[in-house]
Amino acid sequence: MTDKESLEGIAQAKEAWEQGMVKKLTSRFPERSPEFSTISGLGVDRLYIPAETDYLNELGFPGQYPFTRGVQPTMYRGRFWTMRQYAGFATAEESNQRYKYLLEQGQTGLSVAFDLPTQIGYDSDHPLAEGEVGKVGVAIDSLEDMEILFDGIPLDRVSTSMTINAPAAVLLAMYIAVAEKQGVPSEKLSGTIQNDILKEYAARGTYIFPPQPSMRLITDTFEYCAKHLPDWNTISISGYHIREAGSTAVQEVAFTLSDGIAYVEVAIKAGLDVDTFAPRLSFFFNSHLDFMEEIAKFRAARRLWARIMKERFGAKDPKSMMLRFHTQTGGSTLTAQQPYNNVVRVALQALAAVLGGTQSLHTNSYDEALALPTEESVRIALRTQQIIAYESGVADTIDPLGGSYFLEDLTNRIERQAMEYIEKVDALGGAPAAIEQGYIQREIQESAYRYQKAVESGERVVVGVNRFTAEEAPPRDLLRVDPAVGELQGRKLASLRARRDQAAVEAALAELKSVAEGNGNTMPAILKAVRAYATLGEICGVLRQVFGEYRPDISL
Amino acid sequence: MLDRKIRVLIAKPGLDGHDRGAKVVARALRDAGMEVIYTGLRQTPEQIAEAALQEDVDVVGLSLLSGAHGTLFPKVVSLLREKGLECLVIGGGVIPQADIPALKEAGVAEIFTPGTPTSAAVEFIKTHVRV
Repeated sequence: MTDKESLEGIAQAKEAWEQGMVKKLTSRFPERSPEFSTISGLGVDRLYIPAETDYLNELGFPGQYPFTRGVQPTMYRGRFWTMRQYAGFATAEESNQRYKYLLEQGQTGLSVAFDLPTQIGYDSDHPLAEGEVGKVGVAIDSLEDMEILFDGIPLDRVSTSMTINAPAAVLLAMYIAVAEKQGVPSEKLSGTIQNDILKEYAARGTYIFPPQPSMRLITDTFEYCAKHLPDWNTISISGYHIREAGSTAVQEVAFTLSDGIAYVEVAIKAGLDVDTFAPRLSFFFNSHLDFMEEIAKFRAARRLWARIMKERFGAKDPKSMMLRFHTQTGGSTLTAQQPYNNVVRVALQALAAVLGGTQSLHTNSYDEALALPTEESVRIALRTQQIIAYESGVADTIDPLGGSYFLEDLTNRIERQAMEYIEKVDALGGAPAAIEQGYIQREIQESAYRYQKAVESGERVVVGVNRFTAEEAPPRDLLRVDPAVGELQGRKLASLRARRDQAAVEAALAELKSVAEGNGNTMPAILKAVRAYATLGEICGVLRQVFGEYRPDISL
Repeated sequence: MLDRKIRVLIAKPGLDGHDRGAKVVARALRDAGMEVIYTGLRQTPEQIAEAALQEDVDVVGLSLLSGAHGTLFPKVVSLLREKGLECLVIGGGVIPQADIPALKEAGVAEIFTPGTPTSAAVEFIKTHVRV
């Protein structure tokens, strides 16, 4: 690295350049704006120059602490990131067809979207499910639906990510039970359950139970998986939805890692050794519009988490310190106007995720501000990843933008500011308390409102929305979910209830109730109920009886 | 013209948890001088109609991004009318253009789709509500 003397020389030369050439030019031709900032409001200087760096401690080598440049020693030279498109709609039969299509197109992992009744633990025939069945994902009421969902897909050969939170333990149990029927032991399963309840209270909204029993269910899955599913990611601690709700990049890192700290603390408190479960924690981030800021964000998050795990929690296993993450391009950055422009937005966001060292990636489809994506739009989204992987060359060296003066400066600033936020959350009593007090929600809402005002004033340009608008015909060929899905699921449920061994279901549910009332691990009892074909709504119904339901305080 | 603020109920029917838009609109309407009540998530059409009655609002704004608007918006309108409430009903969210005529037919006065400035909702309410 450059020594201190020459750094000072460069800084002096820069000052001379600013005072001379730059000043002369800008006095005649002012810059576009008196000040520049990232989309999250971090200041951006005219030019960045070499700065004093402790390379070995701040950057180091890929696969080594503090993992700033990547979590694996060879990164994409060994294997590309997992291309994993989030998909699911209507019935298990239709979603199964879409998964097979995606696998044929070269996708390398599955990612299951569940409909809202499933995410909130209601069967499709529950009154609150009216109009929602199969809309934003697939409807799963029982093991029978899950068997259809993965029919013909060998579960020992794909990794499956499931976006499921409040009832994550139940859906994981169903997945284990389907694998058993395929003859695949649970030790061979790989995949992820999102299982991140804290961000549901703060940003995403699909909670069921109050925080305390929810945290217990999560710890139960940590413990169960450590014994029976060694390759399973037991949680995907998610900043994605925090960002979608309107946070800045710094807030996304800070609130996500604060949630992570809370999960680690509760598991340690339950008696688990940090190095038994921490290697299976995974993360999920957004890739938003501001290209350099996003790359810096991923790098900063990696370094910060490594330091937290080592210094705060005394982790010994380097795997416990590795922040492995999935990325999805920013859904809320897509515009309904001139939807083809979204192809370009998604490509830039996907590129940022790759340059930031993501482990897996979902690219949004250009029509998602309008409806669920069609097969055609999903294919373009997947091809975007393949072009980055196979054609752009950026995957052939590790952390190719590392050492960029601007990127390193942004990485340092995001890390520092996120740490300040984490300290504020700590002072409020940690993430669960900060959420209960509405602090995190208010911070996110403030940022969302500030951004909206900036767009409406024209200070932030959104191409095709507040600048460069055009008259256009309404888009055609949107995917529509058949409204009869609700009735169909209802009929399937009625038929299942008539066929199954009712005594076995009732015995399993009674056993689950007594385990939930005590302190034991709930996973074995949930698995037993699932195998007896108790429905998701019945299982969650028992847990609702024991745990109660979360009622949020509303603050505007 | 009476010297009274326009009262608005912003509601999230169905199970959808995305309320960034609802909250941003609520803030913008409040900044435009209206009184705004936000119901929070997961409200049934019955709960929304009841809240509109209790709060004596001039406007009910419905926000939904899950695709269940075709079922839930008309249900809210008909429950409001059953209660004798003639308040203005508007909606927003991820709603395909093709669905809008049916929603208007059902009594939703206007649908605001993604990218609409909040000022458009403010203007619409001010021109359609007399207090």
